[in-house]
Amino acid sequence: MDTLSSVETKNNEMCMEFDAQSVNEGFARVAVAAFMSYVNPTMEEIADVKTAVSEAVTNAIIHGYENQPGKIWVHCLMEGDLLHVDIEDKGVGIANIAQAMEPLFTTKPEMERSGMGFSFMEAFMDELEVESTLGEGTRIHMKKKLGTSAWFQNED
Amino acid sequence: MEENFKVIEDFLMVKMPEEIDHHQSDCISSIADRYIIKEKINNIVFDFEDTRFMDSSGIGIIMGRYKKIACFGGRIFGIHADKQIKRILLLSGLQKVMDIME
Repeated sequence: MDTLSSVETKNNEMCMEFDAQSVNEGFARVAVAAFMSYVNPTMEEIADVKTAVSEAVTNAIIHGYENQPGKIWVHCLMEGDLLHVDIEDKGVGIANIAQAMEPLFTTKPEMERSGMGFSFMEAFMDELEVESTLGEGTRIHMKKKLGTSAWFQNED
Repeated sequence: MEENFKVIEDFLMVKMPEEIDHHQSDCISSIADRYIIKEKINNIVFDFEDTRFMDSSGIGIIMGRYKKIACFGGRIFGIHADKQIKRILLLSGLQKVMDIME
């Protein structure tokens, strides 16, 4: 029990950089899910994080880089059982963040974007912050407390 | 991908893949649209039996196809959706236009 809880309370960081191509959407969400797996998240928490990561990476590809070549950075930090995920691009940036975050709002209706990307990130994570500068890029910061390790630690 | 589409009378059956994200969605939508026009499809059934992951791109696929058939009175159905897929469908309010069945 001691070794398990000491692993879980230590901060743990992971960073990756990959091309803004749709084929990497699956890679990004699975990599984040694998990284956080040692804190024993529930199936539902894993699915939530994968969905949120997928939305943010898809946004970076379609909106940030407008399907042009570019790089995406994913930075994860486990602070005990609190997961931080940052997803960053150096694309065009968001002109109106409040409007972009409205459910069903999309700048690309012709591409059949549902406009639910930010709503999903908000619904599936505990916190969502969006920083964006026109012409410089966008950084999404998300946080989620992962369940079961809390009562694990209370056991001992 | 083509083998995942089947026409039964005026129903188009779409077997959704294991993972539905933006990487797959354009391909699914364009094949479905070809069937809708060519085979005079009225109703669409999305089968999520094999689907373990779906993000908002899946919502885009369903809404887009719904708009194409709704003006002719067509209906859309969702079958075999697991707990997670149902959450995504309900969170998007899709139950208003889609019959989600067991």
